Amino acid sequence: MAAIEVRGLVKIYGATRAVDGVDLDVESGQVFALLGPNGAGKTTTVEILEGHRTATSGSVSVLGMDPQTESRRYREKIGIVLQETAIERELTVTEALDNYGGVYPHRRPTGELIELVGLQDKARARTKTLSGGQQRRLELALGLVGDPDLLFLDEATTGFDPSARRQAWAIVANLASLGKTILLTTHYMDEAQYLADEIAIISHGKIVAEGTPTDLVNRSADKARIRFSLPTGVTASDLPVAASGADDGTVELMVESPTRLLHQLTTWALDRDIELYDLSVARPSLEDVYLQLTGAGDG
Amino acid sequence: MITQQIQYQNKIFWRTPVAAFFTLAFPLMMLVLFTAIFGNDVNANGISTAQFFAPNLAVFAAVSASFTNLAIGTAISRDNGILKRVRGTPMPPWVYMAGRVGSAVYIAAIGVVIMMGVGMAIYGVQVPARGIPAVVLAFLVGVGCFSALGLLVAALAPNGDSTPAIANATLLPLAFVSDIFFSVENPPGWMDLLGDIFPLKHFAIAFRDPLNPGLEGLQIHWGRLGYMLLWGVVAVVLAVRFFRWEPKAGTRREKRAEQSA
Repeated sequence: MAAIEVRGLVKIYGATRAVDGVDLDVESGQVFALLGPNGAGKTTTVEILEGHRTATSGSVSVLGMDPQTESRRYREKIGIVLQETAIERELTVTEALDNYGGVYPHRRPTGELIELVGLQDKARARTKTLSGGQQRRLELALGLVGDPDLLFLDEATTGFDPSARRQAWAIVANLASLGKTILLTTHYMDEAQYLADEIAIISHGKIVAEGTPTDLVNRSADKARIRFSLPTGVTASDLPVAASGADDGTVELMVESPTRLLHQLTTWALDRDIELYDLSVARPSLEDVYLQLTGAGDG
Repeated sequence: MITQQIQYQNKIFWRTPVAAFFTLAFPLMMLVLFTAIFGNDVNANGISTAQFFAPNLAVFAAVSASFTNLAIGTAISRDNGILKRVRGTPMPPWVYMAGRVGSAVYIAAIGVVIMMGVGMAIYGVQVPARGIPAVVLAFLVGVGCFSALGLLVAALAPNGDSTPAIANATLLPLAFVSDIFFSVENPPGWMDLLGDIFPLKHFAIAFRDPLNPGLEGLQIHWGRLGYMLLWGVVAVVLAVRFFRWEPKAGTRREKRAEQSA
């Protein structure tokens, strides 16, 4: 069964088509990542799915429901982790979870959630005394408090330190293994690569690519990324291949046929007795593909 | 579910010292000051200074608890994204609002009881039993009306930072023209008119007269109650029409989000 089915979604603000004909299919039990630069329409799309906004046109079905018309029954089955932590500052961690848990028919016990996000030491602390990272973890726990079938993670790990992020990933992976559906947006490509079964890249309100992380990388026209440090006394224009020297002295080339280019490059270097330090050849990463599709620098 | 929301809102109130101080302690301080300045003698109308001020300041405390606290608290909760969170849960929005208003009524009642209690215990204020039904009625209608107005201010205020200024800049001048802090013998006509137009003066009279030992009967001011009810209904309609659950773009919080993104 499809957890999320979106057809021809359009959202117009004034003269701007923030979302411009988006189709999405997310299977039950999938971790689906929606990636895109700021202003590409990803938050608008997610907020329409959450029921916070109405679409200008198009059809939206989530968990077999229309988020607008069946708002209460629908919201019992979803969890939302907000981009910015929003918790009553005067309540303690336990009280906040009890308060919001109390409005769901199937709630997860507060103690279990506190343990899950590692806030045992802070259970009785007012939320305003938590560090930024701890607040984010409480925010995650609040998203899970109603034991949702579908969890929205809108840039949920922004502000996590690396170990907290790994922890959050483990929690999400664990939810996925329990058959929950997860829709996430993120700026971290490693996060999408690690967690997502399926990725859609959105740019200027349209889906520009969709597939598994591996698919997306394989589909890229460039088959390899060659990188090395620009030797001292050499400028980018001296090189036998068209390359732009990056400011930090690292040259990066995205190429379709790496063998030929490498041969040219190394022959040139050998002839001049130049060492190409830090020379590496790698498959393009998801980030390379992403930057290519969304226009480098926009993100 | 509503009881639970009221309890959480009460908890938040008691843990916000500035709100608790201005709602409960500040009106008491004024009672102490006014009786010290004017003495507590019986005036020409046959009532003591405290007999006049205690009900007035009880009304002031009730209005602070409902109007001021609801306006500020709701707008700040919106800035902090809490209203948006609530909208993402199965809790019906009216239950959340009922929790806030229920808590305001509860705190207002505490403010009134403290004020009248101190008035009776220290300043010899009389609370005749025959006046209690009218006082309770005036309290409920008045607090209902000012809760609605508080939510209307929250609906119209651009952000939480500006609401304390908006709420106080409306309530304090209104309290002066409504004879809350003192009764002017022959006020200018415009002042009288302003007092009559807004609901605070009607609230104060409907609350004060039943407690006046010089008057007789139930002293239920149906006309004034009806007028406050009208204000309340209009405020509710407008508040519902203009209420926003999300912070306006460009509030402090949103800017911070953009910078970090």
